Amino acid sequence: MSVQPQMPRTWRTETKPHKFCPGCGHPLVLKALSWAIEELEIEEKVVFGCDIGCSLLAWDFFNLDSVQTHHGRTTPVITGIKRVRPDLVGVAYMGDGGGYAIGSQHLVNSAMRNEKVTVILVNNTQYGMTGGQMAPTTLPNQKTETTPYGRSVEETGLPTKGPEMVASISSEGSYVARGTVSNVRQLKKYIKRALEAQLNGNFSFIEALSLCPTNWRTNAEETWKFLEDQMSKYFTVGEFKTPAQKKEG
Amino acid sequence: MFMAPKPIEGEKRVFMTGNEVVAWAATAAGAEIMYGYPITPQNEIMHYWTRMAPKYGRKFLQTEDEISAGFTTVGGVLAGKRAFTATAGPGNTLMQEPMSMAEMMRLPTVLVVTQRGGPSTATVIYSQQELTMTCFGGNGEGMRIVYSTSGHQDLYDYTIKAFNTAWKYRFPTFVLGDGYQSKMREPVTIYDPEARNISMVPAEAYMGNPGTPGVDRDPVHLRNTYNMEEELLKVINDNMATYESIAPEIVEYQEEEVEDAEVLLISHGIVSRAAQGAMKLLREEGFKVGYFRPITVRPFPAEQLRERAEKAKCLLVIESAYGQLKRIVTDSLYGCTTTIKSYMKPGESVTVEEVVEKVRSLY
Ligand SMILES: Cc1ncc(C[n+]2csc(CCOP(=O)(O)OP(=O)(O)O)c2C)c(N)n1
Ligand code: SF4
Repeated sequence: MSVQPQMPRTWRTETKPHKFCPGCGHPLVLKALSWAIEELEIEEKVVFGCDIGCSLLAWDFFNLDSVQTHHGRTTPVITGIKRVRPDLVGVAYMGDGGGYAIGSQHLVNSAMRNEKVTVILVNNTQYGMTGGQMAPTTLPNQKTETTPYGRSVEETGLPTKGPEMVASISSEGSYVARGTVSNVRQLKKYIKRALEAQLNGNFSFIEALSLCPTNWRTNAEETWKFLEDQMSKYFTVGEFKTPAQKKEG
Repeated sequence: MFMAPKPIEGEKRVFMTGNEVVAWAATAAGAEIMYGYPITPQNEIMHYWTRMAPKYGRKFLQTEDEISAGFTTVGGVLAGKRAFTATAGPGNTLMQEPMSMAEMMRLPTVLVVTQRGGPSTATVIYSQQELTMTCFGGNGEGMRIVYSTSGHQDLYDYTIKAFNTAWKYRFPTFVLGDGYQSKMREPVTIYDPEARNISMVPAEAYMGNPGTPGVDRDPVHLRNTYNMEEELLKVINDNMATYESIAPEIVEYQEEEVEDAEVLLISHGIVSRAAQGAMKLLREEGFKVGYFRPITVRPFPAEQLRERAEKAKCLLVIESAYGQLKRIVTDSLYGCTTTIKSYMKPGESVTVEEVVEKVRSLY
């Protein structure tokens, strides 16, 4: 007898199966987000914004009020909402192109201003939706459609380490971490802490290492290997900034 | 409960700059938040707003750029607040991206444009070179409402009206001013809209309403991306049909001495004051000159203009741009055989004397 795993409450069955490619990491990140929201019992308060990129496919994914924005512009839209509705919990969901390239000014400045929003960025080392071009996160020597001979660090610099950057510019009380879809339980824990930081009036940022077998052109085994052997080596998984522990006594 | 005082009781005669007028009007209209990024000649709208906002329980956010100012305004509107922003020139260029989202999703954003010289950074002073961009910018179809003001009373009246038009019809709405109006002082009557029986159309939240989505109510899923051409076509056709059907209610224009006019002066914004002045002088000299000014430059009073234009011998389009108004006029009058002449000074003012001179030269 097969037992169907229980799905989080915000998982909208009417719009499943979802539209991501088989083996994609996005749905795992979204599921971790659903679990975190459910554990905090904040479904009623969450507004979810998705970027343009494969994240746009999440526009009707949840039983959550959701809005699809523009490529790179989800952070300001959610910021705009949150500024006038501080009672809500704002989640801006985007890819690495959206967050680190075209929308990097919004990420940096929302972190600097300590906007009370949570930014979740999916790192799949390239631009998924547009067919696998180089992203700020593309690894050195990694082949993409616009670096067909491999990414040259000399010509294009080093991959962006987002959480490291955001941790260094964000305020006390904010929360910054990098999780991975290879450890969804930990990712959920990080997202939950990020949402808690927002509930406590601070900015939070999560990068999730993800999978894109379609553009990596990898089979299941190679996909997993790329995440575990290459991405996780370059991009350290862990917490980069946590709200200071309250001193006892 | 703390009740913020009313910014204006009844009405008041004041002498102030246009930027100050806009800040007062937005406050009186019950705007709840301004999102903005510094650019001349818009700055003082923010300066006055930030001085008044805390007194009346309003908010302000200074963003990292105009793209963000526009998208945060979109967010404020999604949250159901009367939200606005203001910009000019290259800032208006950046605003086109968020305004295209507002157009697609029919979001009642309000943007005050204080035109400055262009293209590029050009001057911080004045122009009418943002007409095309404000009416038709972005990758869209111009489903926008644009009021072109000619002075401070207009700035006050139409800034208030912009919020009502936006929230009533749910299309992005623009107040198209310019640097001269922004910076000069004029006498103007500011008032509490209620004192004039103007009731403010209530703002409503698109997202974040009470109840657990999927349990107490359906979740709200707002999209602006479509998979198929047919899906998009239907959305655009529906929106365009709505826009066309409400346009006659929205269109506004001003005219004088058009009945027997041989030469019809056509201008918008502050230039129309020179045109109007010239018309009066020329009439005194016996020249049969009329004056027509679109107040809504989008939607454009095309039918009304055509009726007047067909009776005239010559049309003179006057503008501080290189034919931006003329293009709209020509398009609106397709098939009309009346000669169209123009007087164009991109980025520079037009005086009464120049218009008089130009009209005389036509005879
Ligand atoms: C202003 C603008 N520029 C470019 C695009 C085209 N575009 C759509 S999705 C995308 C890249 C998405 O990549 P990423 O943000 O990494 O997300 P992913 O698809 O990998 O999840 C681009 C460049 C766009 N929609 N808007
Ligand atoms: S292209 Fe890549 S990121 Fe996009 S849905 Fe497919 S697997 Fe996921």
